[in-house]
Amino acid sequence: MADTAFSGKSVPIKPKLSNDDWIMRGAMILIGLVLIIAIILPLYAMLSKSFEDSDGNFIGLANYVEYFSTPALFQSIYNSLSISVIATIVVLVTSFLYAYALTRTCIPFKKFFRLVAMIPLLTPSLLSGISLVYWFGNQGVAKELLFGESIYGPIGIVFGSSYWVFPHALMIVITALSIADSRLYEAADALRTSKIRTFFTVTLPGAKYGLISAGFVVFTLVFTDFGVPKVIGGNYNMLATDIYKQVIGQLNFQMGAVVSVVLLAPALLAFVLDRIVQKKQVALLSAKAVPLVPKPDAKRDMFFLGFCTLVAAVIIGMIGMAQYAALVKFWPYDLSLSLNNYNFDVMDGGGWDSFYNSIELGLWSATIGTVVIFFGAYLVQKGRGFEKGRGLFQAIAIIPLAVPGMVLGLAYIFFFNNPDNPLNFIYGTMIILVVVTITHFYTVSHLTAVTALQQMDNEFEAVSASLKAPFYKTFTRVTVPVCSPAILDISIYLFMNAMTTVSAVVFLYSSDTSLASIAVLNMDDAGDIAPAAAMAMMIAYTCLGARILHALLSRGIMKKTAAWRGR
Amino acid sequence: MTAMKKIALGLIGAASAAVITSAALAETLTVYTAVEAEDLKKYAAEFNKQNPDIKIKWVRDSTGVVTAKLLAEKDNPQADVVWGLAATSLMKLKAEGMLEPYAPAGVEKLEGSFVDSSNPPSWTGMDAWVAAVCVNTVEAEAKGLPIPSSWKDLTKPVYKGHVAMPNPASSGTGFLDVSSWLQMFGEEGGWKFMDELHQNIAWYTHSGSKPCKQAASGEVPIGVSFAFRGAKSKAKGAPLEIVVPTEGVGWDMEATAIVKGTKKLEAAQKLVDFTVTKEANEMYNKGYAVVAYPGVAKPVEHFPENLSAAMINNDFEWAAVNRDKILAEWKNRYDSKSEPK
Repeated sequence: MADTAFSGKSVPIKPKLSNDDWIMRGAMILIGLVLIIAIILPLYAMLSKSFEDSDGNFIGLANYVEYFSTPALFQSIYNSLSISVIATIVVLVTSFLYAYALTRTCIPFKKFFRLVAMIPLLTPSLLSGISLVYWFGNQGVAKELLFGESIYGPIGIVFGSSYWVFPHALMIVITALSIADSRLYEAADALRTSKIRTFFTVTLPGAKYGLISAGFVVFTLVFTDFGVPKVIGGNYNMLATDIYKQVIGQLNFQMGAVVSVVLLAPALLAFVLDRIVQKKQVALLSAKAVPLVPKPDAKRDMFFLGFCTLVAAVIIGMIGMAQYAALVKFWPYDLSLSLNNYNFDVMDGGGWDSFYNSIELGLWSATIGTVVIFFGAYLVQKGRGFEKGRGLFQAIAIIPLAVPGMVLGLAYIFFFNNPDNPLNFIYGTMIILVVVTITHFYTVSHLTAVTALQQMDNEFEAVSASLKAPFYKTFTRVTVPVCSPAILDISIYLFMNAMTTVSAVVFLYSSDTSLASIAVLNMDDAGDIAPAAAMAMMIAYTCLGARILHALLSRGIMKKTAAWRGR
Repeated sequence: MTAMKKIALGLIGAASAAVITSAALAETLTVYTAVEAEDLKKYAAEFNKQNPDIKIKWVRDSTGVVTAKLLAEKDNPQADVVWGLAATSLMKLKAEGMLEPYAPAGVEKLEGSFVDSSNPPSWTGMDAWVAAVCVNTVEAEAKGLPIPSSWKDLTKPVYKGHVAMPNPASSGTGFLDVSSWLQMFGEEGGWKFMDELHQNIAWYTHSGSKPCKQAASGEVPIGVSFAFRGAKSKAKGAPLEIVVPTEGVGWDMEATAIVKGTKKLEAAQKLVDFTVTKEANEMYNKGYAVVAYPGVAKPVEHFPENLSAAMINNDFEWAAVNRDKILAEWKNRYDSKSEPK
């Protein structure tokens, strides 16, 4: 490859490259190439599609002109932006208060509240829409609370979106709030600063970067999600649902590509801004910092206990309602319980097969994805020299985070469904679903692996190398065992996301490879909303089971391989 | 690590075994359909009773989506057979030269109006599928809505926000409604009627059965859908009244055809042969009151009695030729109220 030529000219000062170095570089270039095929080329294909007519002729900006002159489509940009901004504010406030309660107060049941807050991660975003129909729909049990307003529309979208992105924001804010130097608060106390002033001058600035980051995450997730608006949006169109409508409803791929570009732009912008802001962050904790231990304060703790109970009740109410509705025979006229709604085989969406397909996809993504991603991160982190190549790899690995699942899925159609593409054969198979899932969730897994590897002293490699142990021995005997908690984290992350994602796979499944999350979507579409809820809950239980298994495994492995950490 | 390795190896083994077994199976036909999902297994099972060596791989979606998919794949067809798609859609495909003409064994026994007039025919009909209005009696009473008896009734202000109907761009039922209104009320009158109806529409759905299912569960009091769906929901205990509007109702045929270019012509012909048999028609009759094979049809439970009489004299050719134009006009006027997808 390219670097062979490069080595021929290598300047004498450079240390001689060992076989190991060559193998590692080769492997890294290989994984890098796979990444380029999995992300860069499809995106390029999509971009160029947006400049073509349906016969594939280049027509410049004509599609964009048509898009921006169709008021119904154009309106969606405004709708998407306003919904995302409102949901971001709602989620930031809620997650800040919730995180504050968990980190800075002395309320009881912290562990319980923390676990409950993670529940939305177990299901596709569609579930929150479905639950809202049962709570506040025209036959909803609590529709009076809306005072005549319809849940179908902006109210439902904001509520549903806030529900499912809440844990994503909460995790970031908790991390931000956990880092605090108690000396600052002591100083504030000594100066008799009011509590409110301390809050605005010490607490908030300390959590500033976390909040900004959480804000960008929430905005992007809501902006690009289509599960919630699909189910509960009624006549309120958003960008993500427009792509869907153009591509699935009318097979207008060119317009789908245009909307994708429109959707991609703000997501990319948010991503870039976030990275710039994060660069500015400086270490808050010096070595001399004293961790903050919250002191009891009856009034404050009472308030936060109430608040957390309320939020937890809403979360449990949402998922509980979905399970209840799934068991009801014929809502709302026959509330007796039955398992009829689990008879998926007589409904749209692919039946029970789709559920087993989802598990298969989850296992493949978790195993292959973890191996590839971790090994890739290892090569980037522990390789020697070749700075440019490693830098480039790192940059490509970050891109998937900025690309909405739906955009990636559509890009895959354009790229892989092209008969001239030698990889065309994976189209319509389980393979393409595995590839798109791993790619879509690549970045977070990659960063997890990098963080774990960074914590490992480079001396390990140096010592092994001097003992003439080949790198793969060090890798399997030292690196992997030491990083096993991170490896497990990556695999559970990939598994759960493979189970719940809709947007990345919705354009790519075939009748043989229908998935549980897609079945939820299609059953809801056909009006079979209770079976849709039943399938969504099957996903939830599967993820929960995987989570528990993960916890047990982690504990076992930690005991076995990480005894040294205790020292 | 070794444990993980074993798991990984096991996975790979299991997956490759799955690949091998599926490859070892007999001939598989890819069949595109818009038939209700709950009937597909039954259809395939009946067919396999006589042809156990041909496996059916269903690709199911709404009429509009299946039609668009077939058209999009024109140069590289993926389907071998279309079994259960609106005749108007098949006429469009025939005009595009995408169907393989074939006279199935026994086609002469079918009602003449259910068979394509070319010889050999490009498609053969299965059953008629008829528009109807599902009204939830409990919700209508609670909201003080009178039970409508005609299409024009639905435009009355009292029904504002209480009617759901399928989007004709994606749903075959939606399209037959729109095309029947244009035929009954004339072009101008038809669009005027839809303008007025639009004022009352709560939402346009992607699928043709959803409005009736939503009416069945009271999510919306009135759903413009088709009689078959209404009868099924009623059988499940929904408080529904299936209204056949007095002006007459639109209908379409579900029909069958072979896709030109199929590599499995022989198997495809066997399948189409089956679709015109008496047994197949008896199977269609489980849900559809009017089927192609004369003398087979028995009354279907919960089906409105006056339905056959109310079916309009549908000009399929006109509907097929003007489909694109009608849909473009419809989207232009009403699409902003369409449900996502």
